[in-house]
Amino acid sequence: MRFVDEFREPELITRTADEIRRLADPKRHYRFMEVCGGHTHSIYRFGLKDLLPSNIELVHGPGCPVCVLPMGRIDDGLSIADAPGVIFTAFGDMMRVPGTRGSPLEHKARGTDVRIVYSPSDALKLARNNPDKHVIFFAIGFETTAPSTALTLMRAKAQGIRNFSVFCNHVTIIPAIRAILDSPDMRIDAFIGPGHVSTVIGCRPYAWIANNEEKPIVIAGFEPLDILQSVVMLLRQLNGNQKQVENQYKRAVPWEGNRGALKAMAEVFELRPYFEWRGLGFISQSALRIRELYAEWDAERCFTVPGVRVTDPKAAQCGEVLKGVLKPAQCKLFGKECTPERPVGALMVSSEGSCAAYYNYEHRKAPALTNLSEGPFL
Amino acid sequence: MCLAIPGKIVELLSEDRSLAVVDVLGVRRKVDLGLLQEDQPTTGDWVLIHVGFAMSKINESDALQQLHMLTKLGESEAAMEEVRGYGLGEAQETKSQAGP
Repeated sequence: MRFVDEFREPELITRTADEIRRLADPKRHYRFMEVCGGHTHSIYRFGLKDLLPSNIELVHGPGCPVCVLPMGRIDDGLSIADAPGVIFTAFGDMMRVPGTRGSPLEHKARGTDVRIVYSPSDALKLARNNPDKHVIFFAIGFETTAPSTALTLMRAKAQGIRNFSVFCNHVTIIPAIRAILDSPDMRIDAFIGPGHVSTVIGCRPYAWIANNEEKPIVIAGFEPLDILQSVVMLLRQLNGNQKQVENQYKRAVPWEGNRGALKAMAEVFELRPYFEWRGLGFISQSALRIRELYAEWDAERCFTVPGVRVTDPKAAQCGEVLKGVLKPAQCKLFGKECTPERPVGALMVSSEGSCAAYYNYEHRKAPALTNLSEGPFL
Repeated sequence: MCLAIPGKIVELLSEDRSLAVVDVLGVRRKVDLGLLQEDQPTTGDWVLIHVGFAMSKINESDALQQLHMLTKLGESEAAMEEVRGYGLGEAQETKSQAGP
């Protein structure tokens, strides 16, 4: 077992892995989807597949916000970035994501004023400090980051900062899970639920998965032990023929979520009738747009946005990989035209994307863990 | 973006407790507490930070465990870069910078 020595509590890990083997019915094949890209990264990083029996398959879900954003939205965002007097801001994760005419970074090289920010409030500060410019924040993320964007817009309004707007691409996790369950080529037995999204939305919104779809779901933390324990909890539910929402990540996730954050989101955002997801197509009520009350700070209203639709490069099979129909290495471009250094598809860009994770830890067999300097942490 | 950064609140800055100085392994930055108004943290508490905003309170041992995991995931440098990048606060490194 590759990385057992590296684990924090190796004995507990071994015991939990044994428990999984004891609980898994050898006559059955299990497909568990981890919804969140953070889990995908952790699973590859720690080689957790090696600790699971071969009849438990972990399917990587759509929970990487950079990965599910269709190229058309990137093109739309960059088209307004080129408007005169505009400073275009986005998180670092977005910078190398390819649009039709290049990534934000490549636009920067051609003269567009593109800047990395680490927080939406930094984009607002940039607007405050540059009153003769218009600052656009290219917002992405699930419910983990949407409340921060909401609060930033509330502050912009309260402070009367008018040279600031948000190009909103926030998406919500529940409709994506619904789309996966509705997809005819998907067969998922149970879900490992996202940890940090759930600090905001809590556990209640998942109840329909257990009650209506009759699938177990366990909200999980990101440590190897968290993920293995959540597999134990899922197996126990399946063996006992139970379908429940369980919370393995109680240390960070309150059952009710974060009411303050939900309130900020409700103040600023409303659901879009539909939104396109890479790989999953159009999903109704799956994304957020800015309410009329905040129209002055909505980049889609302040600027003319072309609303382009771009199909992914034909050879790239991001959609199939994103839905878990194909494994990353089964894509024709994987590791050849498409690498983390020169990504063709978004799944290769973000460290939370399953292709990048697979490439770094499986394909390249990176000796990363053993050679890893401990860095500034512990 | 998905992986939260744990930080310890060392100082509350505003009257309404919406801003605080947070210490992440010696790097101190201002962080927004505006999303925890229903469960306000205080000095000495640990919080999980996403994109410059504290999103939830956690206990100290869980916070240290989370820091350990960020290192193991190879994300510690990226996390520290993010923390250093938060523009809300001026550089307030605990180690004083030697002036020219």
